[in-house]
Amino acid sequence: MTLILTPNMSDADGFYEDLITAHDGLSKAQSDRLTARLVLILANQIGARDVLKQALCVAAEDVGAP
Amino acid sequence: MNAPLVDRYPLAFRLYPYARSGDQDAPTATRHPVVIVGGGPVGLSAALDLGLRGQPVVVLDDHEGVGQGSRAICFAKRTLEIAHRLGAGAPMLDKGVVWQKGRVFHDRDEVFSFDLLPEAGHRCPAFINLQQPHFERFLVEAIARANAAGAQIDIRGKNRVDGLTVHDDHVALNVMTPDGPYDLTADWLIACDGARSPLRDKMGLGFDGRVFEDNFLIADVKMKASFPTERWFWFEPWFKSGSSALLHKQPDDIWRIDFQLGWDIDRAHEMKPENVRARVDAMLGTDIEYELEWCSIYTFQCRRMDKFRHGRVLFAGDSAHQVSPFGARGANSGVQDADNLGWKLDLVLRGQASDTLLDSYCAERVAAADENILNSTRATDFLTPKTEVSKTFRDAVLSLAAKHAFARPLINSGRLSVPAVYDGQALNGPDALPGGPARTRPGAPCPDAPLGSGYLLDQLTQGFTVLAINCTAPETGLHNLTITAKDALGAISDRYLGTASCAVYLIRPDQHVVARWATADAAQIKAALIHVTGVSQ
Repeated sequence: MTLILTPNMSDADGFYEDLITAHDGLSKAQSDRLTARLVLILANQIGARDVLKQALCVAAEDVGAP
Repeated sequence: MNAPLVDRYPLAFRLYPYARSGDQDAPTATRHPVVIVGGGPVGLSAALDLGLRGQPVVVLDDHEGVGQGSRAICFAKRTLEIAHRLGAGAPMLDKGVVWQKGRVFHDRDEVFSFDLLPEAGHRCPAFINLQQPHFERFLVEAIARANAAGAQIDIRGKNRVDGLTVHDDHVALNVMTPDGPYDLTADWLIACDGARSPLRDKMGLGFDGRVFEDNFLIADVKMKASFPTERWFWFEPWFKSGSSALLHKQPDDIWRIDFQLGWDIDRAHEMKPENVRARVDAMLGTDIEYELEWCSIYTFQCRRMDKFRHGRVLFAGDSAHQVSPFGARGANSGVQDADNLGWKLDLVLRGQASDTLLDSYCAERVAAADENILNSTRATDFLTPKTEVSKTFRDAVLSLAAKHAFARPLINSGRLSVPAVYDGQALNGPDALPGGPARTRPGAPCPDAPLGSGYLLDQLTQGFTVLAINCTAPETGLHNLTITAKDALGAISDRYLGTASCAVYLIRPDQHVVARWATADAAQIKAALIHVTGVSQ
């Protein structure tokens, strides 16, 4: 399986709004917990180990030097 | 009350100088079928629509023409189609700068681009840029032509409504002029008096919504430049003139530049020409010569009235709903309000429809306003992240989008105005065309298509039209438009038949689809029509 890096989402604007709204009123710590839980839920949905590995690599590309 | 008339802004064009009306000398208040308050794009469109339908219309405006400043500049395809139907489209297309593509940059890199009209076969382009004063001037000129041909549209400059009393069957107005006050009554009042609507306030009606904590500086600059006629938008631009920036061409070598300034600013300081120039210089480079034509700082809100109809008073345009400017959904949606309202009010005035038809104006345009507010709110939340976490996600989208296409559709610098589809609305009739395209379902605005040497929309009349494709329209007394394969269907086939071999469409006077069938007899069409008007014809 290859990680999908082309547009694949229906109603991207609606998803983005839901994502931002989910954080409304949360503290920084709560927001971080929400994001962490969401990542784990989505990872389980994806399932494929090799796809998750590729996603981790892409996500790590431009976050700044450690 | 009855304070003297003082101009609140300087005029670009003095189009309707004050002239004493006979009503001012009448012993009792003259009664008019329709009075429109506000001579902006929406009020003028409504006046022209009703006037062309044979209704005498009085337009009251507290100035004598169009205010200065380019303001609304992006006029969408649907607005141009409406203007064309009203006889004002040609000069707009002639003068306007046609565009359909946009590019979005982050820092120096292009991260997203869009094409708003990738298909051919439409009379009108996706968008033109045209300064609002010209848009209004072309409407006033079309009104003069309509009047010369027999319409009765009376625009009264320097007529300010100081008082109104709403009765069950009319509205009484107290109007101030340079010669003093006079009274008028109207069967119906259309309030097109803008976002700060004095009429809405006088009626004590609410206007709730969200305020966005940001300021945008508009600078219109005049220069000879060779940038393409595309909408260019920068997030965190390399030239650092604002946290975002926009560059867009207008007619007469004028370029619209917007800079996002943030919330805590000193307006007077930012408006100083030398400070505006410093930002423009950083963007364009110091070797480009330009003149500053017009500057303004704006903040914005997304809000709407609960209902757009209050008995005999109908609110349209910014008085009824207000959006942020990203997406050009303000003036464009206001003109669509006028388009929706004109034929309905005409039928009610003629006794050919029940006045409940006007409730559908409210229902349909409230739904459209909600769609516009949703899109403009989402764009604004992306441009102006309201929390730290929202900014983190925004920046993640921008950084991913530079390399990876999947993130690009999430970038939102404004989703540009498209007409609302009146899905699920009470006026819609049957959708009985198996295989018919989704874009022409009941409630949808008719897409244009080439027809003969012209275009399909030109063949739709001011009234209802029965469009029959590859079959014969039954005799109903309505205007029939029959198109068959020998006319070379072309795009009409894709846009109206889909996989069906024939179709009958009932189309409203505002060019939205009422109902469609594979075949229909006169009784089915008449039933759909009665469903719309509430009256047996």
